[in-house]
Amino acid sequence: MIRLLLALLLLAPAARAETVVLGLSQNEVAITATFDGSEILIFGAVRRESPVPDGAALEVVITVAGPSERLVVRRKDRVAGIWMNTEGMVIDAAPSFYAVATTGPLREVVTWTEDLRHSISIPRAIRAVGDIEGISDPRSFREALIRIRAAAGDYQVLEETIDLEEDTLFSTSISLPANLTEGNYATRIFLTREGEVVDSYEAVIAVQKVGLERWLHALSQEQPFVYGLLSLVIAISAGWGASAAFRALQS
Amino acid sequence: MQIYLPIAEVSVNAFLLLGIGGIVGILSGLFGVGGGFLITPMLFFVGIPPAVAVATSANQIVAASVSAVLAHFRRRTVDLKMGTVLLAGGLVGSALGVLLFNYLRGLGQIDLFVSLCYVIFLGIVGGLMFMESLSALRRASRPGTVPRRRRHGLAHSLPLKVRFRVSGLYISVIPPILIGLSVGVLSAIMGVGGGFIMVPAMIYLLHMPTKVVVGTSLFQIIFVTAFTTLLHATTNHTVDMALAVILILGGVVGAQLGSRIGARMRAEQLRILLAGLVLAVCFKLGLDLVLTPREVYSLDPEGIG
Repeated sequence: MIRLLLALLLLAPAARAETVVLGLSQNEVAITATFDGSEILIFGAVRRESPVPDGAALEVVITVAGPSERLVVRRKDRVAGIWMNTEGMVIDAAPSFYAVATTGPLREVVTWTEDLRHSISIPRAIRAVGDIEGISDPRSFREALIRIRAAAGDYQVLEETIDLEEDTLFSTSISLPANLTEGNYATRIFLTREGEVVDSYEAVIAVQKVGLERWLHALSQEQPFVYGLLSLVIAISAGWGASAAFRALQS
Repeated sequence: MQIYLPIAEVSVNAFLLLGIGGIVGILSGLFGVGGGFLITPMLFFVGIPPAVAVATSANQIVAASVSAVLAHFRRRTVDLKMGTVLLAGGLVGSALGVLLFNYLRGLGQIDLFVSLCYVIFLGIVGGLMFMESLSALRRASRPGTVPRRRRHGLAHSLPLKVRFRVSGLYISVIPPILIGLSVGVLSAIMGVGGGFIMVPAMIYLLHMPTKVVVGTSLFQIIFVTAFTTLLHATTNHTVDMALAVILILGGVVGAQLGSRIGARMRAEQLRILLAGLVLAVCFKLGLDLVLTPREVYSLDPEGIG
């Protein structure tokens, strides 16, 4: 038994010559009332049991993905002079946020097959196995989703933004937008050589509302009627208060 | 100063929101309109999701209207009896409107329908008001000619006649109830209090005195928008209290200013200003429907069942 364990311990590092050690500047993002986006520093090191292999350079890919949601992409067409929604395609799961950072051009760092296997690039991270029957051009709908989200800063392709020092230390920073949704943001790091993934590591950044923001959100979900009444009470007393205050000012 | 809104889940400049609340508040006090037809598009513009914008503006309209109606109560320009009759129709109408809203949302046509409603109603109402107040101004500048008002219409020949003392009317309750009902349907679909339809309807269809119209419309709007707020809070969870409080802060102050400015202005001048504003919003929305959009695709996370 002990011999087996020893053998495993000795064999384990040998099976994977290079592994990732990861650090995050923060593994929690607190959304407060004055939240205005956040910058996350992702850094780490490559651990080796043997000298750096010769040949192809080591590359690093980092992805950060927000919680996935179902949505409909709709397209407008001109009907009788007016632009209206005509076609809609359901996207099964699209991350609310997705950033992919690399040390080099994405297509050179990760092969097409590895991208397919690990869902690294943005188009791979979106799953649209939904109903595409009767939709003339499903591809353009997916492209539109990426285009709109990229324009809003929700989808980011950050090629050549990871600093890799001496094939060992790497670091990058990813900015999270102000319109962040709550949830677990999966952070993945891939080490690649010649486009093949050598090692990968996954960590989670928890994004959640705190304080008043959290309390209000919870109340609106769990006791909507009380929440609605509270909104009305605030509205009515504010209206009455302002009226009384102005009268006091005038007299 | 940026502020993160807990329900809308976006970060917006607080002073921008205060300004929007203030402008709409002034209009609400001045014209007796809730201001929803301005606040909702303005909130879209600063990046608030449409569902949250519609629900929260209903909440803000409650506050602005309460603030403004108190000023009108002191001047005795609220016809409580007429307000209650309109309200009865309005509550039924807004419940029907929410059903229609959810049906159209399922079809993915709600944006188009809302825009079309805005263009059609703002166009008709604005155009009528503009022409009417222009001729009223012309009459007023030529002394000697007495404005002739049609005193007898359908409202006088239908049964269930009631005396509305504050308005000085003795008419059937059926037309006010129908007006309340249709305004209720429209206000639920368009996410507004409905004052900009209610005010002209009271002037031109019920022949109520203009001074009473504003206060009575505000009175009725409070209850319809309060009902809408509760409905949105319980079914869609889209009322953002933080957003509402900021809008309200700006709005209540604006409403007080507005109702004081309004007391010093002539009714015809008020009407022609409102008509111009209504037509401007109508023109902008109409243009958006016809011009080629920059992005023909849109994302709809809430569009599923």
